[in-house]
Amino acid sequence: MTTKIKYETVIGLEVHAQVKTKSKIFCNSATEFGQEHNSQVCPVCLGYPGTLPVLNRKVVEYAILAGLALNCEIAKHSKFDRKHYFYPDLPKNIQISQYDMPICKNGHIMINGKKIRINRIHMEEDAGKLVHAGSAGISGASYSLVDYNRTGVPLLEIVSEADISSPEEARFYVEKLRNIVKYLDVCDGNLEEGSLRCDANVSIRPFGQKELGTKVEIKNLNSFKALQRSLEYEVDRQIYEIENGGKIIQETRLWKDDQGITLSMRTKEESHDYRYFPEPDLPILEIDAEWVHKIRETLPELPDEKRLRYIEKTGLSEYDASVIVDSIETAKFFDDALKLTNNAKSAANWLMGDITAYLKENKLNLNDIKLTPESLVEMIDLIDKGTISNAIAKKIIVSLMEKGGSAQKIVEEQGLTVISDEGQILEAVKKVIKENPGEVEKYKSGKTQVIGFFVGQIMKETKGKANPAVINKLFKEEMEK
Amino acid sequence: MITVKEVEHAAKLARLELCEEEKEKYTEQFSKILDYFNQLKEVNTEDVEPMAHVFPVKNVFRDDKAEVSSIRTEILKNAPLEEDGFFKVPKI
Ligand SMILES: [Zn+2]
Repeated sequence: MTTKIKYETVIGLEVHAQVKTKSKIFCNSATEFGQEHNSQVCPVCLGYPGTLPVLNRKVVEYAILAGLALNCEIAKHSKFDRKHYFYPDLPKNIQISQYDMPICKNGHIMINGKKIRINRIHMEEDAGKLVHAGSAGISGASYSLVDYNRTGVPLLEIVSEADISSPEEARFYVEKLRNIVKYLDVCDGNLEEGSLRCDANVSIRPFGQKELGTKVEIKNLNSFKALQRSLEYEVDRQIYEIENGGKIIQETRLWKDDQGITLSMRTKEESHDYRYFPEPDLPILEIDAEWVHKIRETLPELPDEKRLRYIEKTGLSEYDASVIVDSIETAKFFDDALKLTNNAKSAANWLMGDITAYLKENKLNLNDIKLTPESLVEMIDLIDKGTISNAIAKKIIVSLMEKGGSAQKIVEEQGLTVISDEGQILEAVKKVIKENPGEVEKYKSGKTQVIGFFVGQIMKETKGKANPAVINKLFKEEMEK
Repeated sequence: MITVKEVEHAAKLARLELCEEEKEKYTEQFSKILDYFNQLKEVNTEDVEPMAHVFPVKNVFRDDKAEVSSIRTEILKNAPLEEDGFFKVPKI
């Protein structure tokens, strides 16, 4: 019989963020995604003899910016090192990275009130991309194809301490990190396309035990769901191993998304013997306080600050504020709308309600549709002035998203103004009453909640244009007759 | 002192195949190099700042400007094997 031991999960994450520069980190080859393979390469990134790397200043500035946003210390002296390994995606057989003098150290971010420490951020170059060809020809021989467009694209590697204690928290951490680098415009944060990549180290130990358990590295996590699911699987697997007399081996495991399992990768021989040494082709970096200060001045408002501002200054609920800051596109749109209206609550509701639903249904982004902050605010004003009903607005918003234009114009062209004229509405009220004698009975016998049914029917009759207050009043008057 | 085993390990990492004679020769040479470093270690460096680079240069940068490359065909000429504009390598 197994004793019921409670286990504690210990997770550390390494996140690689592709930096949004126009050119690569050490040469002027372009970095654009999705171009024809091997079309964005040059002798430097292909490691031709006699070429020399020259550092892209923008990469350093972005690294410092990210470091400041993640509460890191910025190094006064920093350098690059060579990391040695042989793999066809690495034409130089070395990767220029940073070993013992990374540009940023000792940062942290807060996840639901808990501090997750960041050990370091360093700069390095990305490797090429391998395309695995299937069996070819009569021989059935398989081979790989290499595209070096990605070779030398700048990366920031952000390494957390093992402070994360659940798969869900790991997902929150990466979501927050992604949001921050997107706010900084340092990285576009696309896990599916690989501009943000994540490797996880996970181990378990009985509660109260001081020393850490043997850790396992998980790779191939290209969605938030994959990150959380793979960690959940791996924690269960490790507990099962231990409780059944097995042992955890320190290894790298690959997440198989379609099967929902992790599989042991053939251990790369001597994989951790990278023989780092200082990169002799790149001089050292000296980062003075003035430079850091200049970059600090360019720090944009970050998600946490924005959320607080929405709560304190515009009166949004904590939940609404969190939903809006979770997407930089939504937050930008909302901020622009705030400059034009005082009805923040209404703008937030439309954004989180009808607009988000429409975007989800059509798999679109806020930037893909024709709605502008101006047209949204114009529509909100029309509702607030009583010119249009909410029901009509729900139709107008779709038109604004699909075709653009002005809410005022749509109202004028289609005659959608609210009818408050009692005579006109009374006609509809009488008609609906006449057509539904059964419901009228119910109302008269005290089931006054059927009023909702009547208001709905009368709205329908007036194509959503009747003023609901007037409907209510007229209906009650009719019932009392 | 360096052992033959360590030389074999270093050779393996560098993807070098060494014959017995070479192994012995390199074991001896490596040991001599390390002895020399040990000699350097004797120097008093208490007030000397650590140095990562021999030249007194720092902060050499380029601007973030991309140039269109048109050397794809030329570069692929140097590939031992090529397919559809890719470099072709043994299966990983
Ligand atoms: Zn290049």
